[in-house]
Amino acid sequence: MSATLILWCVGVLLAAAAIGTATARLAAARPIVYGTSLVASVVALAGALDGLLGAAPPSGATLPLGLPWLGAHFRVDPLAAFFLIVVNLGSAAASLYALGYGRHEPAPHRVLPFFPAFLAGMNLVVLADDAFTFLLSWEFMSLSSWALVMAHHRVRENVRAAYVYLIMASFGTLCLLLAFALLAGVDGAYGFEAMRTHQAGPTIAALVLTFALLGAGSKAGLVPLHVWLPLAHPAAPSHVSALMSGVMTKVAVYGFIRIVLDLLGTPEWGWSMVVLALGGITSVLGVLYALMQHDLKRLLAYHTVENIGIIFIGLGLAMAFQANQVTWAAALALTAALFHVFNHSLFKSLLFFGSGAVLTATGERDMEHLGGLIHRMPLTAFTFLVGCVAISALPPLNGFVSEWLTFQAILQSPDLPQWGLKILIPGVGALLALSAALAAACFVKAFGVTFLGRPRSPAAANAREVDRFSLVTMFAFAALCLLAGILPGLVIDGLAPVVRGLVGDRMPVQLAVPWLSIVPIAEARSSYNGLLIFLFISFSASLAVYAIHRFASRALRRAPPWDCGFPDARPITQYTAGSFAQPIRRVFGTTVFLAREHVEMAPPGDRRPARLTVELRDLVWETIYAPVAGTVDAIAGRLNILQFQTIRRYLSLVVAALIVLLLVLAIWL
Amino acid sequence: MHDLAVQGGQLLLVLLMAPLLTGFVRKVKARLLQRQGASIIQPYRDLARLLQKDVVLADNASWLFRLAPYLIFAATWVAASLVPTFATSLLFNWTADLIAIAALLGSVRFFLALAGLDVGTSFGGIGSSREMMIASLAEPAILMIVFTLALVAKSTQLSTISEVMLSAHVGLRISLGLVLVGLIIVAIAENARIPVDNPATHLELTMVHEAMILEYSGRHLAVIELAASLKLLLYVSLIACIFVPWGLVGAEAGLGSAAYVVKLAVGGAMLALFETLTAKMRVFRVPVFLGAALMLGLLGTLLLFVSRGL
Repeated sequence: MSATLILWCVGVLLAAAAIGTATARLAAARPIVYGTSLVASVVALAGALDGLLGAAPPSGATLPLGLPWLGAHFRVDPLAAFFLIVVNLGSAAASLYALGYGRHEPAPHRVLPFFPAFLAGMNLVVLADDAFTFLLSWEFMSLSSWALVMAHHRVRENVRAAYVYLIMASFGTLCLLLAFALLAGVDGAYGFEAMRTHQAGPTIAALVLTFALLGAGSKAGLVPLHVWLPLAHPAAPSHVSALMSGVMTKVAVYGFIRIVLDLLGTPEWGWSMVVLALGGITSVLGVLYALMQHDLKRLLAYHTVENIGIIFIGLGLAMAFQANQVTWAAALALTAALFHVFNHSLFKSLLFFGSGAVLTATGERDMEHLGGLIHRMPLTAFTFLVGCVAISALPPLNGFVSEWLTFQAILQSPDLPQWGLKILIPGVGALLALSAALAAACFVKAFGVTFLGRPRSPAAANAREVDRFSLVTMFAFAALCLLAGILPGLVIDGLAPVVRGLVGDRMPVQLAVPWLSIVPIAEARSSYNGLLIFLFISFSASLAVYAIHRFASRALRRAPPWDCGFPDARPITQYTAGSFAQPIRRVFGTTVFLAREHVEMAPPGDRRPARLTVELRDLVWETIYAPVAGTVDAIAGRLNILQFQTIRRYLSLVVAALIVLLLVLAIWL
Repeated sequence: MHDLAVQGGQLLLVLLMAPLLTGFVRKVKARLLQRQGASIIQPYRDLARLLQKDVVLADNASWLFRLAPYLIFAATWVAASLVPTFATSLLFNWTADLIAIAALLGSVRFFLALAGLDVGTSFGGIGSSREMMIASLAEPAILMIVFTLALVAKSTQLSTISEVMLSAHVGLRISLGLVLVGLIIVAIAENARIPVDNPATHLELTMVHEAMILEYSGRHLAVIELAASLKLLLYVSLIACIFVPWGLVGAEAGLGSAAYVVKLAVGGAMLALFETLTAKMRVFRVPVFLGAALMLGLLGTLLLFVSRGL
């Protein structure tokens, strides 16, 4: 039932894409396209919710498309339903936001046709029930998002971003193609059902895992495959950035879960070590990169890398427990990972919407030119603050709950028998703790420099609050962040069918716990109640305000701030994004980025200002990508002579190639 | 009913005792330096005086700046009332485990750092930036310490941890020793004490905590000062409830309270002694100091992952 419904929504989205193509240059196209996308996403969201929470068995549908002997299979099981909720919630919000935000789009004809197509692509990936449909939808999703990254194609940076994205996306699809080919085996059983029943040997399984990590990891942004992400996500219009960061990375996580935890069968413990190590490194490197940025959208994009790391830590733990048949702990770890998927889709979209609002109001993405926006845009500032608190994993909002569950899962792991895991997991725990603390620093910087202090440019000083559509969207997501934080039991219980389907067990029912606490194992071991924490803080803060204003003083005077005796300090004397991050850059950056500071002091008598330049090196790019790109370039240069030959030489080349191929075939057979 | 009384008692107790502990530490410090020192109840007088004064607000301070003191105070108060002081049978002790309490203090710091950036002067910025650098090492350190304790006690609930620590079978463990040292280092850093920060400094460039709150005055400052005292009390109570849980479980409330007062006095005196004996370190030596706490926590956890008996 829900599969058919969502397929209809996908059809509507594709029709909207066609309408967008035909009418892109008309003013009426924007409300039509975004309005249609909004309605389709909301209906699909309802269908997905029904698929997850309704007790109905998984529903499927087959369309006579694709390979003639196969057709295109679609199916909504609990896992797909959960990810469809994430996709369509994000899509609905982005469409609503775009109703207002899209008004400022300088080139609507480059956005409108591809936006609904992108939404349709993401839905199709999650719906797909055979490898062929999956790969085709995956590539469709990649290409439509690539077109959106290229929307502002006159900016040189964006062209480079899109180029890197295209290469990485093709690489990722190639890896997934190989993974599915190995899973399908020699018979070419491309349906997921057939792959599930067919057990792969250990070598094949290890290869499939590697290819899945490379393919899905490159789309999700696992270090060292993340390089395209902070380039491409900020280049797109902000509502698309929100979708790419908040939702598309989750579709990649879905791909990984589907292949590794569902199709491949029971994992081996050695694989979980790879996933855990990659997750830990990704989370810390992602947040350190984010801290070094002063472009608001790029900071957010790098921070997505961190959150993907946290999700993969959860998945790695689930695999480790599953390999040892500790299913209840696997259920805990997997719930934590999926909860974080949901949370991240909420607050990362919210923050990208906020950065889009800032971009609309000021035309600036560079934090060094912003500041003081809390006075000019109080509502945007409030929602952005909620997003910042949530993403920094602070109670009582939702980011804390999923990280708390991940920590609880880590604490269940000393009983695992393998020594490798015993040594690795505490280290990963430390990395997770480190990344949580650095995330708070990162978002103090992001909010503090952008919204607090005094404006650093006329654009920031004259900013105006954004339109109602954008504000409604942001407030809705801020409210969801709070709700998921104070009523986490709802989400955990909602995830139960997904988790049961993958690891065969579930976390205890949470809504039955008194006072709506969450108790992962037993109350004597750990419990958390976000609702009460929220109520206590609100109550005691109100009590303090009331008591002090009633019984002590309520007088207030305005005066200039303390200036150390140097009046009229200009706004450039404030702390900037660069100076805020300087202590952390000095502590961590000197090893991770080989950060160097050069101070250039003009000699006495010279009136030039002193300059401080910071040099950061991206070691991942330098050690992996630059050599590969260099080699490809060099080989291409060498082979260039083949391009300008006479017809005789071409013919002899073709014949030679044919003979070599026949020889190879003859020897092999 | 008994649990409710304990919870209510604790709620008021921590609020009333916190300035006293601060005053006591100051007094002991003064005496160690051969000074007379202010009266032990001076912090109460300071609070009363600040509460009566007008707030002088910087011209471009926003609503966040005015809201932050109350949020900071409320979150610290909630956290402090969830750490068992004189009895473990708190009504709401299941509301937040040790990880959540640590994270609540993280929320406090988040808003304090934002408040430091709000007015847009360099001192607020320097304070916030350094505070977040210190936190970026102190928070993982405390989480690793929590991990070690949780592995020993098989629980992250503070009441359960104290019960387990009181039982005979825990004994002396290497991991617990490491964790105690680590927790003391973190407590010193989190409470902005020497050698990490100096609570009595009047030179802006050396401040961390004081720099962030430089623009606060009147009732706002009073609330923040009270929150800082509460945080000190919280850490002393935390160390006491984990490592010297005597008188906490099952004892009479009177005995528990007496034991608690003694613990606070001993903790405060040791803090004063330590502060008198050390000099403040340069800001960029702090990461090494806190890195040691992080490594101690990690080592403790690793030992327990290797063997439950260590």
